[in-house]
Amino acid sequence: MKKEEDFDSNLSGEEESSDNPVGAANAEAREKWYRRFRKGITTATAEKKETPEGLWSKCPECNYICTTTELKENLFVCPKCNYHHRIGSEEYYEILFDNGEYISLFDNITSRDFLGFTDLKPYQKRLDDIHAKTDLKDSMRVAVGKIDGEEMVIACMDFEFIGGSLGSVMGEKFSRAVDYAIQHKLPYMVISKSGGARMMESAFSLMQLAKTSGKLSQLSDAGLPYISMLTDPTFGGISASFGMLGDLNIAEPGALIGFAGPRVIKETIKKDLPEGFQRSEFLLEHGFLDFIIDRKLLKQRLKHLIVLFRD
Amino acid sequence: MPQYPNRQFLDFEQPIRELYEQIDQTKKMAEKNTKIDYSSNIQQLEDLIVEKRKEITANLTPWQRVQLSRHPDRPYTMKYIEKMTTGFVELHGDRNVRDDKAMLGGFAQIDGHTVMIVGQQKGINTKMRQQRNFGMANPEGYRKALRLMKLAEKFNKPVITLIDTPGAFPGQEAEERGQGEAIARNIYEMIRLKVPVICVIIGEGASGGALGIGVGDRVLMMENTWYTVISPENCSAILWRSWEKKEVAAQQLRLTSTDMKGFGLVDEIVPEPSGGAHWNYTEAAAYLKDSIVKALNELKNISPEDRVNQRIEKFGRMGFWNE
Ligand SMILES: [Zn+2]
Repeated sequence: MKKEEDFDSNLSGEEESSDNPVGAANAEAREKWYRRFRKGITTATAEKKETPEGLWSKCPECNYICTTTELKENLFVCPKCNYHHRIGSEEYYEILFDNGEYISLFDNITSRDFLGFTDLKPYQKRLDDIHAKTDLKDSMRVAVGKIDGEEMVIACMDFEFIGGSLGSVMGEKFSRAVDYAIQHKLPYMVISKSGGARMMESAFSLMQLAKTSGKLSQLSDAGLPYISMLTDPTFGGISASFGMLGDLNIAEPGALIGFAGPRVIKETIKKDLPEGFQRSEFLLEHGFLDFIIDRKLLKQRLKHLIVLFRD
Repeated sequence: MPQYPNRQFLDFEQPIRELYEQIDQTKKMAEKNTKIDYSSNIQQLEDLIVEKRKEITANLTPWQRVQLSRHPDRPYTMKYIEKMTTGFVELHGDRNVRDDKAMLGGFAQIDGHTVMIVGQQKGINTKMRQQRNFGMANPEGYRKALRLMKLAEKFNKPVITLIDTPGAFPGQEAEERGQGEAIARNIYEMIRLKVPVICVIIGEGASGGALGIGVGDRVLMMENTWYTVISPENCSAILWRSWEKKEVAAQQLRLTSTDMKGFGLVDEIVPEPSGGAHWNYTEAAAYLKDSIVKALNELKNISPEDRVNQRIEKFGRMGFWNE
């Protein structure tokens, strides 16, 4: 059984959460590893450099040790136990789009502290700090490119940007991505990885659930397919809106997916949760997923689906 | 409606309790000294109570407004249905799992219109609170609500939802039966519903649990309610890493009806009797009925297609960003 993670704490945008009283708040070792690892990748993204040689990584699931290069070649899936490491939009786009070529859309839309929200630090400061640390503009990117020759719009979340939280920017990018798909008659996929709503945008973040659903209604009327791909973790506002509204809902193996986080559920029912609770396999068993797909097979399956939907 | 001494008083309502106690004492004195007429003294105190009620609600902090929305004497969904409508027929069940008592609904008539009314229901005593699960619906509650809304659509009747929930229930079975999917489906179907939809926050409007029956042509908020993405307590725990910051969280979240109206996230604030809806159920229901009937009359002249498009556009405009 994997060590439990507190998704809510990721939504605070804080890296250190050891003093969190609300539960098992220590960001998991694998998360820290991921951030370290990601830093290497991020610079590589900007300058198209290879992952630094000689960097070793340990699988949080089976402790298998391999080089980061080896892991990257294996699409960030543990060669020994098939554990799917958390990756971001840059990695997914590189894995899915032909020759890693794609056009980024709506990158100019960025978050704004409209409410003047201050928790432990001002929201604007939080945004500035993240922008200084990474190339990411917000918690979701949108791109259009070819999947084995078939054009598709793919929106993808980045968990390291305030826990992949759903705020106004994600809602607006999602909306424009749908408009783009309708305009160009393209299928649409969203790769989710999020702790839930962005609390610093208060009710505005909640209303994104309705905003995005309205756009999906238009996409549906246009007769274009929408695939919702859920990855580890997907919670809260995402699962209570477009995450669960796919023509197809699919997921990576072993991903934690749910509405309420495990900590909150345990506090409510005052019982331990069963093994495998809220994992992809659990959701498949309960009828909420169409199928679970290995990352290495995703591209070919997508191509196949696009053809099936169209022809 | 409970009358003193059965009324419950929040900490900031204590001055009112003291006035009631003074009335009691005066009445006792009047019994002893039958020769003196105390009626003007009593009248004075009663006037003071009305004044005090006004004064208190005029100067509430956001957190106090949250407390008022949870006042144990506050009217719940069923009370408004009783007071605003006639001929209510409650309809049960999601046709799949069971009848969720935290969500109720049915046909009723309001000012000559047949409507479908759906809302979360909290319990009025300890036993009922358990049975109603404190207004926290399970997936089958949201699916029951959707079934009733689709039924209304089929027979071209407007939908009215009354929202009062501390959140969708975060339980193991709720997850097994797809709490996220149930709420998502409701939001999606509500934004496409062909009939007029009027949603009112009558108490607590917590997050997806509220929005799951909260997507409408008009969204109204009663004066002393709150509506946002998370409760102040949980927000405090997550963002401040402490349970102690709920007052600050309530303030930062800008969750009051005035804030929400200011942001354009709700369309109208429905006034309450001075001191809050718990002081006079009949008056509170009359104000609400006025607002609902007004909205119904405005909406009935719009074509279904325009209504749906306007609804999608309305929510589509919500958000702020730089570009
Ligand atoms: Zn492994």
